[in-house]
Amino acid sequence: MELPDWNPGPPGLYIHVPFCRSKCGYCSFYSVDTLHDLPSFLEDLPKEMSLYEAQFEPFDTLYIGGGTPSLIKTDDLKILFEAIDQAFPFCGNREVTIEVNPSDVDLAYLDALRSLGVNRLNIGVQSFNDRILSFLGRRHNAVDAYAAVTAALAAGFDNIGIDLIYGIPGQELSQWIDTLNRALSLNIAHLSCYQLTLEKGIPLREHLEKSGALLPSERLQREFFLETSDRLESAGYIHYEVSNFAKGEHRASRHNIKYWNHTPYLGLGPSAHSYTAGKRWWNSRSVRGYMDRIGVGVIPVESSETLTLEQLRLEALFLGLRTRWGIHLPDFSSRFKCDLLEEKREALDKLTGDGFLTIDREFLRPTRAGMAVADGIASFLFI
Amino acid sequence: MVRRAGKEKMRQILMDNIRNFSIIAHIDHGKSTLADRLIQYTGVCTDRNFQEQILDNMDIERERGITIKSQAVALPYRAKNGQDYTLNLIDTPGHVDFSYEVSRSLASCEGVLLLIDAAQGVQAQTLANLYMAMEHNLEIIPVINKIDLPSADLPRVLKQIETELGLDPEGHLACSAKEGTGIEEVLEAIVQRIPPPGGYRDASLSALIFDAHYDAFRGTIIHCRIFDGSVKAGDVIRFLSNSAAYKVEEVGHFLLSRQKRDRLTAGEVGYIIAGLKTISDVRTGDTITLDARPCTTTLPGFKEVKPVVFASVYPIASDDYEDLAVSLEKYKLNDASFIYEKDSSAALGQGFRCGFLGLLHLEVVQERLEREYDLSIILSVPSVRYRFTLKDGTVIEVDNPTHYPDPASIVLSEEPYIRSSMMMPERYLGSVMKLCMEKRGINSSLHYPSPSRAELTYEMPLSEILFDFYDRFKSVTQGYGSFDYDLTDYRPGNLVLLDILVNGEKVDALSQIVHRDRARARGLQACERLKEEIPRQLFKIAIQGAVGGEIISRTTISPFRKDVTAKCYGGDITRKRKLLEKQKKGKKRMKMIGAVSIPQSAFLAVLKSDSS
Ligand SMILES: Nc1nc2c(ncn2[C@@H]2O[C@H](COP(=O)(O)OP(=O)(O)OP(=O)(O)O)[C@@H](O)[C@H]2O)c(=O)[nH]1
Ligand code: SF4
Ligand SMILES: [Mg+2]
Repeated sequence: MELPDWNPGPPGLYIHVPFCRSKCGYCSFYSVDTLHDLPSFLEDLPKEMSLYEAQFEPFDTLYIGGGTPSLIKTDDLKILFEAIDQAFPFCGNREVTIEVNPSDVDLAYLDALRSLGVNRLNIGVQSFNDRILSFLGRRHNAVDAYAAVTAALAAGFDNIGIDLIYGIPGQELSQWIDTLNRALSLNIAHLSCYQLTLEKGIPLREHLEKSGALLPSERLQREFFLETSDRLESAGYIHYEVSNFAKGEHRASRHNIKYWNHTPYLGLGPSAHSYTAGKRWWNSRSVRGYMDRIGVGVIPVESSETLTLEQLRLEALFLGLRTRWGIHLPDFSSRFKCDLLEEKREALDKLTGDGFLTIDREFLRPTRAGMAVADGIASFLFI
Repeated sequence: MVRRAGKEKMRQILMDNIRNFSIIAHIDHGKSTLADRLIQYTGVCTDRNFQEQILDNMDIERERGITIKSQAVALPYRAKNGQDYTLNLIDTPGHVDFSYEVSRSLASCEGVLLLIDAAQGVQAQTLANLYMAMEHNLEIIPVINKIDLPSADLPRVLKQIETELGLDPEGHLACSAKEGTGIEEVLEAIVQRIPPPGGYRDASLSALIFDAHYDAFRGTIIHCRIFDGSVKAGDVIRFLSNSAAYKVEEVGHFLLSRQKRDRLTAGEVGYIIAGLKTISDVRTGDTITLDARPCTTTLPGFKEVKPVVFASVYPIASDDYEDLAVSLEKYKLNDASFIYEKDSSAALGQGFRCGFLGLLHLEVVQERLEREYDLSIILSVPSVRYRFTLKDGTVIEVDNPTHYPDPASIVLSEEPYIRSSMMMPERYLGSVMKLCMEKRGINSSLHYPSPSRAELTYEMPLSEILFDFYDRFKSVTQGYGSFDYDLTDYRPGNLVLLDILVNGEKVDALSQIVHRDRARARGLQACERLKEEIPRQLFKIAIQGAVGGEIISRTTISPFRKDVTAKCYGGDITRKRKLLEKQKKGKKRMKMIGAVSIPQSAFLAVLKSDSS
């Protein structure tokens, strides 16, 4: 099959650090709660990098996520950054993001990050309410969260983002608005506001099922979603993706956007996913499995898939509809030989008529109400 | 059964070492399990390849735990007298909807094992099947099964055999098919009591087609019983009904799979493969003879099937109409009780009107069509056959609500009635009577075949049985009741057409003809069921029930307003896409009415009174 000629820009590099001090009850990321293997993992990462040498164009973003990357000591981080620079070429003006846990960072640590070239910080705040933080099983409290943001500002970071969670069982809208207001008062560049989702087998979900506590109704979830969007946009943030808000387009996560428009990315570390030219692959979801394979010089890939044009089209549809930019119609039709306006005219008329989508020059964009049902719209259009 | 082969003077032979018999019983009394034991005892199947109810080889039979198709298997058996026998066993279904299978099997037999569950005793289909066997003059061996059950009550069952079945209880056998006790006695009784088949081996071929199936490689495969003469590969056979002639490629017996043989001879049951590509040439009940030396008389064949439930079937994608047509033809080969003809619907396009022997039969046909022919189909709401007398004096029969005549032209509406017969332990009597009254039952009668068992009969409109009767009967009798019915006559009824509108569009496949007094309740129920079955969508969906343009019930399905997942990064994309792909597959089983997707299940669900 001929792959679509699609090259939206330089690739991104992601490194997954699968270690946490303790597991949060709601978390479905891959990480282990013992640090025992962290040192050998750090030795293995450069070996994995060497398996990919010269396979990617120069990267323009680096994102160190997890897990909890802030568990890595600054000396070790320095070694890691050197290894990265040795293994891969980068464009100038690269975006370098690291995720940090509020209880791990102090001014010295943050200073060190700055000097290593980190220019974007993502702090896992989750809430400014101690009761909620403990319900979620976080190891920090609200004061730690403030302190971390303040220290980051003091260290000179101007591109700071925090993660927040809403839709906690029993949570009222007013309480969430309180957390939002506190976040707004920090006047930082980026906010990620995630509705709490509990996947099957996740401890908090099982706990809630036993105790009979309920996640908010769909109606309330919608209210949380719309209210968040409304408040943050009024405060000058752009609601640029379902859960992401930035003070100006230039503050949107350049790295994360790559996931939503089929830009190539390389993911290193256990469970990391990679994508390039219609092919996606992912690493073993086990630190041991990962290290065993690296140990014998084999790439630690667990599985891969080659997407058909139809699959790519479906992805482009549901990913595009998650973002403020929406779907660029001329690009879409040249990539997929599918003129949405023509082929889906009736459906689009209905969707625009009901206020879910707008057609704005060359873009098919979700409205706020449309973003709330982006999955439903994708399936409606796809079928 | 001895048949004279014209004036030809020939020696009638008795195939002394062959026995042809069926196992018949009420549903679940253990026929297939007994067949298992006989198969194992005679070593037809190694233990390694064995699975329970081995003859129930269709997926749908295994999933539902019931037999749907009769299944023949030849068992080699060395009797205590030292002689070797071939015992041709036919396992039959017990459910009343498949009684046509039983009746056709009996035409190939000289005897039956009439199984009776030691705990449940004689039930409706025990009697019905016994009468069928008697009509065929077959030797009847009553076998009491499940004697291992703690609730087994042998003295009671023996009494029932005598009083209710009118058989000599002396001749009964007792076994536990599950535990394998009493099996040898059953085999010996088959040899000693069931007469060997007779026939004129040297006469011209006369064979009865009792079943058939379509094989993608070999074409139509005929299942037949040879009454006279013999047939072998190379012979040219002819069907008496249409004179179509074919050259035989292969003949053989049914073991667990087909076993090729040199020839099939009078008295034997087996198959014929003859490069039959024109499916419609083969008719169950037809007589096969040899082209070179035809027999002169046609075998009596089978009673015509009388479908009682009707529904239309449509392909979900209209492109699949031709596929559906071919598949129905092939399907019918293997289900002689299924009938169909062309039909079309304003909402669903080209399709076929089909007749079924009951609701279970209808469900089975739907499932088999989807599984065996990989079709996605929609079935309209099932209906019985009504009768209308019009002003101009013509009388029309309508089994399809879309053909409901102009109400102004109707002078008399009539609907089919049944005489139902229900057996149950006495303690359920009250709740069953209540149910029957709710179902417009009249003229009841009650008697007690034995002290604690009640037999209740009611006259009821057949349409009431379609509408959620079985499930409720089962639940009020906690599974201890049995139900059987006969169509009796047509009686006047005040009938109206109930239409269903989805977002203002009439969906003719959801229309029902109902009694006027029931219209409002049924309209409400239909709306409620549809509300449960139709998934919430991006848009509001209005569902209405209407009689003659007047809206009598309504409900709305509110749209979903928040469904997007919070996170969609590198690791989430594949999962999300697979989910949508799965949904798309699911939608293949839905029909789009305007912008609304209606799942296949909705069409049958309107007949249920609640979601249980
Ligand atoms: N306890 C006990 N259970 C039995 C015996 N024989 C059959 N069963 C059980 O009764 C149930 C029905 O058995 P089947 O052999 O499928 O009954 P069937 O008569 O073939 O049923 P249909 O073909 O649907 O009419 C199964 O759960 C069997 O395990 C028996 O001798 N003892
Ligand atoms: S710190 Fe983050 S990655 Fe670790 S368990 Fe908690 S939520 Fe999961
Ligand atoms: Mg059975």
